[in-house]
Amino acid sequence: MSRDFWKAFARNRGAVVGLAILALVVLAAVFANLIYPQSPWDMAAMPFQPPLSDDALLGSDTLGRDIAAGIVHGARVSLLIGLSSTAVALLIGVTLGAIAGYHGGVVDDAIMRFTELFQTIPNFVLAVVLVAIFTPSIANITIAIAVVSWPPLARLARGEFMALRSREFVQAAITTGQGTGTIILRQILPNSLSPIIVSASLTVATAILLESSLSFLGLGDPNVMSWGYMIGAARTVIRQAWWMSFFPGIAILLTVLALNLVGEGLNDALNPKLARKGRA
Amino acid sequence: METGSDILLDVRDLTVALPQGAERPNAVENVNLRIARDEILCVVGESGSGKSMTAHAVMGLLPGPHVRVTGGEIAYRGRDILTMGGAEQRGLRGDRIAMIFQEPMTALNPLMRVGDQIEESLKAHSSMEQSYASKAARRARVVELLTDVGLPDPESLRRSYPFRLSGGQRQRVMIAMALALEPDILIADEPTTALDVTTQKQILGLIRTIQAERRMGVMFITHDFGVVAEIATNVAVMQHGRCVEAGPAAQVLNQPRHPYTRQLIAAVPHYIEHRGDFLKRGDALLTAEKVRKVFHLGGGLFRKGRELVAGDDISLTIHPGETLGVVGESGSGKSTLGRCIVGLNKTDGGRILFQGQDLAALSRNQFRPVRKDIQMIFQDPYASLNPRHKVADIIAQGPVAFGESRSKATARARELLRLVGLPESAADRYPHEFSGGQRQRISIARALALEPKLIIADEPVSALDVSVQRQVLDLLEDIRHRFGLAMLFITHDLRVAAQVCDTIAVMQRGKVVEMNTAREVFQNPQHAYTRTLLDAIPGKGWEIPEELRTGTAGLAGRGAVA
Amino acid sequence: MAAIASFLGRRLIKSVFILFAIVVINFMLVRAAPGDPAMVMAGEAGAADQQYVEQLREQFGLNRPIHEQLGIYLADVATGDLGYSYRQQRPVWDLIGERLPPTLVLTGFAFVLALTAGVLLGTLAAMRAGTWSDSAITVLALLSYATPIYWVGLMLILLFSVQLGWLPAFGYETVGGGYEGWDRVTDIGAHLILPVVTLGLFYMAVYARLTRASILEVRDMDFVKTARAKGLTEARIVFRHVLRNAILPVITFAGIQAGHLIGGSILIETVFAWPGIGRLAFDAVLQRDYQVLLGIFFVTSVMVIVFNIVTDLVYSLVDPRIEVA
Repeated sequence: MSRDFWKAFARNRGAVVGLAILALVVLAAVFANLIYPQSPWDMAAMPFQPPLSDDALLGSDTLGRDIAAGIVHGARVSLLIGLSSTAVALLIGVTLGAIAGYHGGVVDDAIMRFTELFQTIPNFVLAVVLVAIFTPSIANITIAIAVVSWPPLARLARGEFMALRSREFVQAAITTGQGTGTIILRQILPNSLSPIIVSASLTVATAILLESSLSFLGLGDPNVMSWGYMIGAARTVIRQAWWMSFFPGIAILLTVLALNLVGEGLNDALNPKLARKGRA
Repeated sequence: METGSDILLDVRDLTVALPQGAERPNAVENVNLRIARDEILCVVGESGSGKSMTAHAVMGLLPGPHVRVTGGEIAYRGRDILTMGGAEQRGLRGDRIAMIFQEPMTALNPLMRVGDQIEESLKAHSSMEQSYASKAARRARVVELLTDVGLPDPESLRRSYPFRLSGGQRQRVMIAMALALEPDILIADEPTTALDVTTQKQILGLIRTIQAERRMGVMFITHDFGVVAEIATNVAVMQHGRCVEAGPAAQVLNQPRHPYTRQLIAAVPHYIEHRGDFLKRGDALLTAEKVRKVFHLGGGLFRKGRELVAGDDISLTIHPGETLGVVGESGSGKSTLGRCIVGLNKTDGGRILFQGQDLAALSRNQFRPVRKDIQMIFQDPYASLNPRHKVADIIAQGPVAFGESRSKATARARELLRLVGLPESAADRYPHEFSGGQRQRISIARALALEPKLIIADEPVSALDVSVQRQVLDLLEDIRHRFGLAMLFITHDLRVAAQVCDTIAVMQRGKVVEMNTAREVFQNPQHAYTRTLLDAIPGKGWEIPEELRTGTAGLAGRGAVA
Repeated sequence: MAAIASFLGRRLIKSVFILFAIVVINFMLVRAAPGDPAMVMAGEAGAADQQYVEQLREQFGLNRPIHEQLGIYLADVATGDLGYSYRQQRPVWDLIGERLPPTLVLTGFAFVLALTAGVLLGTLAAMRAGTWSDSAITVLALLSYATPIYWVGLMLILLFSVQLGWLPAFGYETVGGGYEGWDRVTDIGAHLILPVVTLGLFYMAVYARLTRASILEVRDMDFVKTARAKGLTEARIVFRHVLRNAILPVITFAGIQAGHLIGGSILIETVFAWPGIGRLAFDAVLQRDYQVLLGIFFVTSVMVIVFNIVTDLVYSLVDPRIEVA
């Protein structure tokens, strides 16, 4: 099973590249303190040093902070918030979606109206409002992103549960006397997992983009260096110092791209039939 | 009209290659077929025989770049279609050679009015047919065609969207579309397989009539020898991409030569006259009294949906050891009844007495102990087994849920696999490694694992090819005798019911209209609807050759594994 | 026709419920904003004596039970009163109303660009599935998907404005340009190009991917085989049969994505100093002007609802089956 999985995954070359990039980002995040032991907030060079200067590989910013150090340390908050907010969104979304899809009827209707409400609200505006009102901190940003990210996951989980629930093997499980818990955990969940995993990988990507957008607007946690903050701070000096916003942007682009590629690879490996159709 | 040779289509040594890695190199191999004017050629075969591929090759509709013709020729009136240019081929399609398909529900564009879809055909070929250059002429022709295929009120029907039409009506629209330019050849790819029997009879009649009126050549693809007997002038039998036998209908049907043809004909389900009547002993095992079930569709929190009455006053009884066939067309409520009995649907009225206990009154939890006694076999062998569980687990899950130890249940699962004709090693494999027939055997083993008293079999063989169908029916017959099981056998096919059932209940619009012994239902039907159904059985005028008829079901084919 | 009316009627009723729920959420957020609202208001107004705070409490009904306060709030919103910004010393609705037109222009153009270009590219990619141009479009879509739009905006400014000097980078029109009539329109048009392209690019990628996938799925459907069997030309099959059916999920998705588009405009307006409600939101964030922020939250939600009604209308015109949906 897992051997087939890797074979199918590796067949998608983009996915392998994505996985490699992602591994680099993770390494940077984990070993940030070893690569750049100094705080990324400290002045490391003269301000406005262009890239490839002696004391700053990717240049320095308006206050003489090392851009490269900022990028390496920024990987931490991006990954942390990306993963934790997706975890929270999965918890909310899959739970609600599973309940709606399994029970159907009025319960489903109520949950779906609720989901629709959250889908109607412009999600980024809500995230901005939430973070602004509850003050920017890693926990609040995580929650705000989760609050605006769960509806698509809920819809997906609901669709899967609804389709699987009426599948004959689930009906057979009911007629052979298996309990509701067993049916959900043993029969339905394993079969609905692969689209949810694929979707979750894309949710991490979107969450990283959302986090960067919030910090771009100055709504990031003021205690941690983040890519969006770096671009936001450099915005007004774009004419004089392109590198200050260019490199953090590339960092976001590569990370999000890598996650998307990995997501597609997972899709190919986990849903072989669908993938073939999409490619044809 | 033509005076010389009346051969319209001559397929010579046709070979269609499959993409690499497929289970065999060619979908169709060296096939020769001929269709003359005024003739219906039936191409018969089971799934994967290449019959449909042959038809698609003639139409130039083979899927994608990987499936393509690699040898032979397809001559239309002496000219090879395969060497024609794209535009010329397109000119033939829909004009001289037309085609209708199996699934009327999906064969029409859902967003276009049916009249426009027919008109489109006229317009596409209007450069050749000057008579349809004007819009008014095309419109008149559409109405004429809709009238010809027997659709009511063609003037308003032409403005309808497909979703408003029934399956039979849609198939008529497809036929009207195919006839638009008076083609020489009509290719019909299983055009009645998705339809109810009574509708099938009408469509077959329609195809025969228009074929005779317009002196067309028809290539009719089917898996059903009953349909062949009903409609064919000539027959070609296909197996694994090859044509194994061809000849005039009377000859192939009554003196089949090739062993495969003989096997197919022997597998055609039919009523067995000298089957003994079932003797009812003791109390009824299950009695349904005025069962009612209404589905609510499309409703929500704030909106009331439509109501669909699926079961309305269903009453019947089953005795221990009896096989009761519930026969009806789609929407008759037969499956709903089965699902109500096993507790998958809640009833809206009436009683279901099982060994004196009213199942309809039980709550979900109260129902659980009863589940041991009533098991179900489902229709779709591909959807009824969890793809992520091993076969042993699938069979053992029921007993484990009722407190059996896992090791005991697994050991029993292996025994059951042998009983249903599968090797014990099947236990450690996953469902996708098995064929449809084998999966249905696994389903049967799962149902038997709880040692039930009653089995509800919901169309257990309708997704299977005839030869496999026969083997599974034999297996069911065998186990019910061995375990003294009662069975509620739900089917749309009277022939199948005739073969395995002691008693038959005929259902129509949520009611049982007639219930009697199989013999009485067949030889002395009381209700008009039963007579309509019997009359609609395809090939009822054809007697299966004596030497291929089986005295009792259960003897032929036993031991062979699907 | 009656079917369409009843379908739209149902959607309208649903929209009213959603609107109500949004107002309630908004009310709860107002309550959740840090500090005693009266104190905050007094603080924002620059006066903090106890008597003034009490007066404010009385004036805004802050000393009444919560459900009464909600009632007052609902009545206020219904009459277009979205509160008062003490920082700017103006009613919130006036601030927003003034900034709304530029935002509508920006998002409207971006949406049209994204939809047409996206559907076109998606169709092209699907028709040439597996070829060089398909891969190019797919890669472009993937890249646009992964790039933060505000960064794309900055990079476009760098290229077209700073390096090449072709296009203006900031604002709605040339300040002090004194253009009149047609000249003013072209001037605004030139200012529009970069923000519209930036905002549109991301959604173009989304629609292109969706269209491609949808076409590939529809292409295998039975009715397309029917169309081919009729002897139709490939072009007619694609436009009359495939594309019309493939566009349905794109319309649905466009409705769902409307909120994202408006959210994106906050970022774009910040980058391009576009004087719309996005820019207003950014300033409100900087000044922690919660009244304005919540007003924007409400107004953008209403915009999404209106947009959804429009997409429902379009959908009902394309798909005759809505009455059974």
